[in-house]
Amino acid sequence: MTTNGVPAIEVAELRKSFGPNEVLKGIDLTVAPGEVVCVIGPSGSGKSTLLRCVNRLEEPTSGKVLVEGIDILDPEVDVDRVRARIGMVFQQFNLFPHLTVLRNLTIAQQRVLGRSKDEAIDVARKNLERVGVGDKIDAYPAHLSGGQQQRVAIARSLSMNPDMMLFDEPTSALDPELVGDVLDVMRDLARSGMTMMVVTHEMGFAREVGDDLVFMDEGLIVESGRPREVLSNPQHKRTQAFLSKVL
Amino acid sequence: MRRTTKRRISRGVLYLIFIAAVVLIAISADWERLRANFLQTDIAREQLPDMITVAAKNTVLFTLIAFAGGLLLGVVLALMKLSTVLPYRWLAIGYIELFRGLPALLTIFGMAYVLPIAFNVNVPGGAVGAGLLALIMVAGAYMAEVIRAGIQGVPKGQTEAARSLGMGSGRTMFSIILPQAFRIVIPPLTNEFVLLIKDTSLLFIAGSTLATREITTFARDGVVNTANATPLLMAAMLYLLITVPLTRLVAVLERRMARSR
Repeated sequence: MTTNGVPAIEVAELRKSFGPNEVLKGIDLTVAPGEVVCVIGPSGSGKSTLLRCVNRLEEPTSGKVLVEGIDILDPEVDVDRVRARIGMVFQQFNLFPHLTVLRNLTIAQQRVLGRSKDEAIDVARKNLERVGVGDKIDAYPAHLSGGQQQRVAIARSLSMNPDMMLFDEPTSALDPELVGDVLDVMRDLARSGMTMMVVTHEMGFAREVGDDLVFMDEGLIVESGRPREVLSNPQHKRTQAFLSKVL
Repeated sequence: MRRTTKRRISRGVLYLIFIAAVVLIAISADWERLRANFLQTDIAREQLPDMITVAAKNTVLFTLIAFAGGLLLGVVLALMKLSTVLPYRWLAIGYIELFRGLPALLTIFGMAYVLPIAFNVNVPGGAVGAGLLALIMVAGAYMAEVIRAGIQGVPKGQTEAARSLGMGSGRTMFSIILPQAFRIVIPPLTNEFVLLIKDTSLLFIAGSTLATREITTFARDGVVNTANATPLLMAAMLYLLITVPLTRLVAVLERRMARSR
């Protein structure tokens, strides 16, 4: 659990450029422990890049990223140890195709956390049950549906006992009828008190589960607040334009 | 004329050309002389035991050694070429260009004769050892490029997922990326293996003893000793007996792997 008072994630004046193209133009954002923050916005708005800066999959150009008070951009910080405490779920699932579902869940537990094989299997089994794919433990990822793969990916992250979870458009690559299962798992996770930062196009999920909603456009946070208020009564013109297209 | 009939006729013409070519070759060949020069059964019977227990065994053994060594060297070179440390990259590029560009025969010659003269060092294992080391060096250069392409063929998301779980870059490479890269490069590596089987026939340039002869050298000696070319045909058959089942086996493995993916 996180220390009281210290935000789980704190982003300040964050900028990120790819060559001459500035994708993030000064982002300030705080996620409190146990909070669920949803990030919405048109494609190219920088929301995925923001998420990927939080566990340093992208190297920020300038600014600060604090995870549980630790400056992860400090060269002295062991970024692998920080990452082990941040679960990440990708749009394309990114399960390891050459390993069984079980091995997908145990490999990092054993090699990063140093858990014994038995303990790792135990944890894996519980998390697979939790996301409703306990019967697929010996299958290879290619034999699972997209929805099952994404739930396995969530279970893989959970098996590291992370303090927080980052979701990068977790349902965007799924067939519509499979989206619900994944959202159910995420809803349960939020209810259990997990700190979550979710980049999503699922406005229903954001409204129902999110504590905070952030609307981004062109590398800036345009508007943020209670999801219900932002979604039903957007203040900014760009938010209104975006929402009128997606709702 | 209907299109299907047209197609049928053109296909029939192609068949006719094929049959005509086969017949032409068959009747223009001097079968009696071919038989006398290449198919003497008593010579075949006399040569066969040693050709299998010594020559074929050596060919397979040398190939396995060169392939294993080349694979190891290839992985190291591929990782060097993908390294962020610039001198490593230069070194790998230089090495690969050099040993892919030189004929294997010259490299074997160099390892066997030039190295001992220039640096007064002898490769352990004598002539065969020097020759095998040269084959490893050449195979490593070719395989490095294949493996590098395989590594780059693994989707970037795999690295990101592994790193997100807290795995370091080395661990990610060896546990996640390389196993997948090898699956990708099985076909070109099979190719490399078959090329190596045949390249072992170049080892004679380093010098060989009775016990270290592989198939080609053995057959050439056989030709001299028997004053007949039958051993050459036997050698050809032996090579095919090794390579064809091997490539078929890999094809089956590949299909099976594709099904489980």
